[in-house]
Amino acid sequence: MTTRDTDWDGVRLHVVTGKGGTGKTTVAAALALALAHGGRKVLLMEAEGRQGIARLFDRPPLPYEERKIAIGPGEADDGRDHGGDVYALAIDPEGALLDYLQMFYNMRSAGVALNRLGMVDFATTIAPGLSDVLVTGKATEAARRRVKAGGAYKYDAVVLDAPPTGRIGRFLNVTAEVSGLAKVGPIRTHADTVAGVIKSPQTAVHFVSTLEEMPVQETLDGIGELRAIPGMQVGGIVINMARPAVLSQEELKAAPDVPAMAAALADAGLRDTGELAAALADELAEHARHVELQDRERTELEAAGQPVYELPMITEGIDLSGLHRLAAELRDQGAA
Amino acid sequence: MTENPLLDMDRLIDDRRTRIIVCCGSGGVGKTTAAAAVGLRAAERGREVCVLTVDPARRLAQSMGLTSLDNTPRIVEGVDGKAGGSLHAMMLDMKRTFDEIVESHADPARAAQILANPFYQSLSSSFAGTQEYMAMEKLGQLRRSNEWDLIVVDTPPSRSALDFLDAPERLGRFLDGRLIRVLTAPVKASRPFGRVLNAGLSVMTGALTKLLGGQVLRDAQTFVTAFDTMFGGFRERADATYRLLQAPGTSFLVVAAPEPDALREASYFVERLDEERMPLAGLILNRVHAAGGAGLSSARSLAAAETLEGLTGGSGGSSPRDSTVQNGPVPSAQEAGYSVAAAALRLHAERMSLGERERRVARAFTSAYPAVPVVEVPALPVDVHDLEGLRRIGEALADRG
Repeated sequence: MTTRDTDWDGVRLHVVTGKGGTGKTTVAAALALALAHGGRKVLLMEAEGRQGIARLFDRPPLPYEERKIAIGPGEADDGRDHGGDVYALAIDPEGALLDYLQMFYNMRSAGVALNRLGMVDFATTIAPGLSDVLVTGKATEAARRRVKAGGAYKYDAVVLDAPPTGRIGRFLNVTAEVSGLAKVGPIRTHADTVAGVIKSPQTAVHFVSTLEEMPVQETLDGIGELRAIPGMQVGGIVINMARPAVLSQEELKAAPDVPAMAAALADAGLRDTGELAAALADELAEHARHVELQDRERTELEAAGQPVYELPMITEGIDLSGLHRLAAELRDQGAA
Repeated sequence: MTENPLLDMDRLIDDRRTRIIVCCGSGGVGKTTAAAAVGLRAAERGREVCVLTVDPARRLAQSMGLTSLDNTPRIVEGVDGKAGGSLHAMMLDMKRTFDEIVESHADPARAAQILANPFYQSLSSSFAGTQEYMAMEKLGQLRRSNEWDLIVVDTPPSRSALDFLDAPERLGRFLDGRLIRVLTAPVKASRPFGRVLNAGLSVMTGALTKLLGGQVLRDAQTFVTAFDTMFGGFRERADATYRLLQAPGTSFLVVAAPEPDALREASYFVERLDEERMPLAGLILNRVHAAGGAGLSSARSLAAAETLEGLTGGSGGSSPRDSTVQNGPVPSAQEAGYSVAAAALRLHAERMSLGERERRVARAFTSAYPAVPVVEVPALPVDVHDLEGLRRIGEALADRG
């Protein structure tokens, strides 16, 4: 195992949030792949039952079961070319509740009966914080699970694809959420244990944003919200779907010289170069405006003072090779 | 891009029989902005419009230049009223709306008792379906007040577009349900059940008590007792509003970005509306990257870019960020022209391939639902945050090509 320093050494639970449409699940999956190197085992968990992970990895819907879904990149540079393993689990509150009942009361069968009667839905309904506690509880349990008592950890890291930015504070601040309902009692105790892990240096909450105003604003709001919760560690900001500038700043600022471009296009063997050059010049000018806007948003994100990583837009759409590209970017930039 | 009929937005909003437009779709597709743009356009074409948004990020407020939105519709300034229309906007305060229902259905003492109950407080501010339920309730209120001749609703930012249709029913069933009564009734009172069932029930109440603590169940029980007299009315209201969504005069607009996930949600919604006999006006395909003026294919642009890069003898794929710090001789004017043209060609190739992927993704939807009218809105380089921006989106929505 390499001892390369990353920005998040010591973090066992990576929580990934982001505004809808920013590619939160994609980034969570890429981060899991990036962490799964050199024989490491990583568990990728999905909190919101959308089966987005299964779709990303082109698999049938995942059952409530930790299953290997991918192999991480090999370490070509250390001579031993072994990748790690990515396991995945789609958490649903029902499954998490059964686990909870089994783990603490050895009452799995009662749980199954409860579930059949729709009472799990009932329980999570009358206690809205309950399902969040169960889901975060499952994630913290996996992050601290050991192969045997006192032995090595089962997973080297757990990546949780968490609810969107607008809900992340409430989702993670489990103690506060259940305290309104359960002032004492077992679920409260459980919540306190979960909070102990989440509000510790073992957990980092990463934000996924695109370089657009609303996602950036929500990211900054979300970071502010989490910073107000004592003990909570805000992680990195992952800029997703960035469109890198195709020219230097000066070149973009200068108005494109259409005749020169037409001449160049003709030299490249293209026809109707006058019209084409004018159209391309328009596209270039639009790109310049877009780059300027992106730069402004990037500056805003950087001002938050967290490590910032940037992933390019993959125009062909995300498949396994795309995920590996993003994972390599995250590794190169020190996120994993 | 599609052979589907083009969505005729102006016909929809100009038709005085259209009284409610519901904008739905998964999160992050520009639903709020689309709802505001539709509302603004309708107002400037002479309708008296109220836009109801449920989004806690107050995005609509920003895009309409309002500093605050609360539970009462506020007039939006700067709207062109020459055609005789006007625009109001409001943001749902779900707790306030719930409180109002309680206050209007229970006597003051009982209402106070309900409002103070911890279980009620958590239900009214954080239960996953409350927001959807209250959005429907508010919609019903606005419609009954008859003050607006068109109401545009932006549905809550659920993870699934269907939550808007399902959650009110779920909350209604839950509050009205027998399950809550059985479970919250004292165990002794459950004699009428058979002994087996009784035993099973006590195991489960036991498990629930273990899970939640006795206090939670007691709070729920107190709440149910106090709320009991309201149940009938509560359920009726939900049913009435649901029927409103099926009534003539209501139209649904499904909003999606040309992404697989968003369009998958959109197709669930289209099918569901069909099952519920709720009228779908069409699909707004938002944030489409238009092909631009140059028709050159992606492959040919890339080939030409490579040719030019070969002519300059440059490294071709050099990172643009490094190009500001490059050393060596200053490139000649011709070489500079080549490198700009090559960059423009690469940019164009990327744009064409993005457009191609979006068309492929959209085609999967449109070929499955060939009868659904579609309108495309191009991706804007800048976010919308004023009426002028909303107007431009409105124009794109009504663009008949």
